[in-house]
Amino acid sequence: MNIVRLALRMLAREWRAGELRVLALAVLIAVAGLASVNAFTVRMHLALSQESNRLLGADLVLVSDHAPAAGLIAEAQRRGLATAQTALFPSMVSTPQDSRLAEIKAVSNGYPLRGTLRIANAAFGADHRADGIPSHGSVWLEARLANELQLAPGASIQVGYSQLKVTAILTNEPDRGGDFFNLAPRLLMNQADLPATGLTQPGSRAGYRLLIAGESKALEAYRNWLAQHLERGQRVLSVRDARPEIRNVLDKAERYLGLAVLLAAMLAAVAILLSARHFLRRHLDACALLRCFGASQRNIVTLYALQIAVLGVLAALAGVALGYAGQMVLAELLGKLANLALPPANGLPFLQAALAGLVLLTGFSLPTLFALRRTPALRILRRDGVAFDALGAASYLAGLVALTALLFWQVRDTRLTLMVLSGMGATLLVTVLLAWLLVLGAGWLGARSRGSWRQGLLNLRRRAGGSVIQVSAFTLGMLALLLLTVVRGDLLNNWRATLPADAPNRFVINIQPDQVVPLQTFFRSHGLAGATLYPMIRGRLAAINGHAVNAAAYADQQTQRLLEREFNLSYADRLTQDNNLIAGNGWNSTNAAPQFSVEQGIAEKLHLKLGDSLRFDVGGTPVSARITSLRKVNWDSFRVNFFVVANSGLLQNIPASYITSFYLPARQAGVLNEMVKAYPNLTVIDVSAIMKTVQDMLDRVTAAVQFVFIFSLASGLVVLYAALAATRDERALETALWRVLGARRGQLWVAQITEFAALGLLAGLLAAAGASAIGWALSSEVFNLPYHFNPMLWLVAMGLGSAGVALAGVAGLWGISREAPLATLRAAA
Amino acid sequence: MTTPINTPILRAAGVAKQVALNGAPLTILHPASFAIQRGESVAIVGASGSGKSTLLGLLAGLDLPSQGEVWLDGQALGQLDEDGRARLRGALIGFVFQSFQLLPMLTALENVMLPLELNGAADARTRAQHWLERVGLAERQRHRAQQLSGGEQQRVAIARAFAVKPALLLADEPTGNLDAETGARVIELLFELNREQGATLVLVTHDEALAARCGRRLQLRAGHLESGA
Repeated sequence: MNIVRLALRMLAREWRAGELRVLALAVLIAVAGLASVNAFTVRMHLALSQESNRLLGADLVLVSDHAPAAGLIAEAQRRGLATAQTALFPSMVSTPQDSRLAEIKAVSNGYPLRGTLRIANAAFGADHRADGIPSHGSVWLEARLANELQLAPGASIQVGYSQLKVTAILTNEPDRGGDFFNLAPRLLMNQADLPATGLTQPGSRAGYRLLIAGESKALEAYRNWLAQHLERGQRVLSVRDARPEIRNVLDKAERYLGLAVLLAAMLAAVAILLSARHFLRRHLDACALLRCFGASQRNIVTLYALQIAVLGVLAALAGVALGYAGQMVLAELLGKLANLALPPANGLPFLQAALAGLVLLTGFSLPTLFALRRTPALRILRRDGVAFDALGAASYLAGLVALTALLFWQVRDTRLTLMVLSGMGATLLVTVLLAWLLVLGAGWLGARSRGSWRQGLLNLRRRAGGSVIQVSAFTLGMLALLLLTVVRGDLLNNWRATLPADAPNRFVINIQPDQVVPLQTFFRSHGLAGATLYPMIRGRLAAINGHAVNAAAYADQQTQRLLEREFNLSYADRLTQDNNLIAGNGWNSTNAAPQFSVEQGIAEKLHLKLGDSLRFDVGGTPVSARITSLRKVNWDSFRVNFFVVANSGLLQNIPASYITSFYLPARQAGVLNEMVKAYPNLTVIDVSAIMKTVQDMLDRVTAAVQFVFIFSLASGLVVLYAALAATRDERALETALWRVLGARRGQLWVAQITEFAALGLLAGLLAAAGASAIGWALSSEVFNLPYHFNPMLWLVAMGLGSAGVALAGVAGLWGISREAPLATLRAAA
Repeated sequence: MTTPINTPILRAAGVAKQVALNGAPLTILHPASFAIQRGESVAIVGASGSGKSTLLGLLAGLDLPSQGEVWLDGQALGQLDEDGRARLRGALIGFVFQSFQLLPMLTALENVMLPLELNGAADARTRAQHWLERVGLAERQRHRAQQLSGGEQQRVAIARAFAVKPALLLADEPTGNLDAETGARVIELLFELNREQGATLVLVTHDEALAARCGRRLQLRAGHLESGA
């Protein structure tokens, strides 16, 4: 027998009869969702990385204390990578009237490789995108420097031995970042002018950067090559090494997308499971008949396996096509919305999505196939109960394993996978238990009530097994929908709340003690009352527990650099709102004993614990104290925070400068001019560009996640549909019998609505409980966000659950109630 | 098939069926022995619950007896595994059921083609069309089972049973779901085709008139085979 041909024919017939459409739809949506998510995640990830790379001005940076060898540059160019160079050093610059310390940056043609330079024609004036770099013989100044030296475009400035012409005010350079607090104002010049200035003699303190950008494979290869050729004093940076706050945003973005994928996959699995079960139920007779016709067990398995395989491949292909269209639509939407060019998607995510869909289909339909195989031929003569209900949880192990593997493969985060899985699993377990209780309760209530209500409630108990399965399916579907909508909204809002629109966008440093009071008055008079001034003292960590600190003893390069620099220390009587005490005692301001509070991350890096004593060298004065507390700091807030804080008693007699941060609305930009004129020694650092980048990213990620949820929503609806379809035949027959027995339509509806609404109410209650628990776990354990209890979640879940399930159930039975009962009875015979 | 022509197509020796009901054994069929020769027509008769369908299931190898043995075309069914019995059924038996058992999602033609396709017949469509013509349903071949009347559905089932050229035709209450007039027409067709094909016919019925048309009757009463063995 040509079983393949037969299987194809049967598939065509089943398809025409509509038998397989729900299963195909589940696979199609799963694959489309996964493909969209995968492809989009890949594209988004690339785009976000490139976006972040603008903050480096490149994809990769070689940092060096000497000019990089020509060989390194030639190798990069040989690999088709773009390069540019910068040299950075402090130097005095002057006009005939005045001189200032400037942070000079000499750049080569092509700089920056990622991101753009922006310039203005006047200090604090409207800016525009710069075309290239300062031309030969010219420089661009930061507004602060121009202000201090009272220079405007057109004037001349002395840089070393050269007289250069100011042609613009520099408003934004993409790779301005890192340690703000050492920055003198910027002067940007052309690298070609550098030798003539005589400022970079051997031994001068200049930092060199080789910027590299290009296609990711070539970049990776070059990075590996470079690792073999690094000289002393050279290290490689990518954005992940460079900026912790950007890295946080990227990590969170990846987790959110991971979560979206996770839920889409779980929903797909539930939909496939339900429709496969339904398919099995409807094919028991057909299998018994095939057995009568002489089909072997193997024939039956092959026949149905081939059908499901072909169906799966076709649905997966359609899903890939839909997924492709989906991610294109998304790219179009997002591209316009955020002015973000997403790099093209490759074939891999689509292939992965198709495979994932097939893995789920296999995992959840195999047990079904094996049950079909066991169908006794005798069923054709006597409708004995079949092994169907013996198909318990154990036989779905394959599906569970497939699902877990898939989730892990998608998310690549064991913790997140396990948390969501165990949340879902626990919810399911509790659901099953509570559903049994409800079924008993409904029976009890039904036995004591009258009219059609009675039948509806009693039906729940009569169909006990089916009711439990339906409640569980509804719960899972609704749980996922709740996670996708309400909980997701809460999480995103909480996340965005950590970076409010009025987060500080200006830092002012170098404030002298005698300027604190007049400056506070100045801030108040300009409506900037929120600006708090913090003392800041620079000190080098000299000893831990009496042992001199040796940077080379730490394996981590970042830790080594940290120890080679000076720390910014501060003192305070109480901790600010961004600080959460995680160990030790809070400040006791009455206790004058010297004490330090250390930020958790740096404590881990330096292997510090409570009770350790630290000695800092502050301008030659040793300052010692024990660590009495460890703090977790919310660095995302952009407010002033310190790694190490002392109590007032310890540091208040040491000369300090002050620092503050505040939010300056764009319309008040003139305030800065006024302030700098009044206090020329102040250094103002504008972080609004960086903040804008971070916030843009948040917005983009949010939009992306929202799009992804459309697919999850669709598969959630398929789950609900499949759960309803599972008992449709039974209900149809029952409805027809009721009508034969003289039930009025109203009585039928009351009974059915009662049953459906009760199912939906319980599912809503359970789903809300599960969603709250998962939401709490995700925010506190994974995303480190504060959790807020949301009572609306419960109301929405129970209200929509009962109304939605009742409506959908009734809609499903609408046609049947209008059909002649005889037709229904004959079809069911 | 190498079975000698004088071997009975069906032979039952001490065939009995017991089931456990709430832990206590319940005998549905007491030991029965008989043989059915090729070309015979045999009616298994008895009241509801007398064990007729159980016996038919055992004869077709759809179930195994608790004791005794059934030989189908010389093959002891108890010595074959489930797949072996299925193969034998596919090769020898055509079925007609009380509730027709057409697959609802298939057309009349496809229902008749199904066992042929399963047996790998290359000319499944032609043969199925031929048999639908024979039962007078050439015009209805594209209609789904649900769109046909009961009598039409049973005619499709008869076409399906004969299409595989069975040596043995088993019919379980073939008129049980039909009115008298339609039932009579269906039976007429069944006997006519059976004669023409020279198949052995075993039918289960409680319809005396139908039983009388068969060459022999096996009478069951409360699980005991009382006559006809």
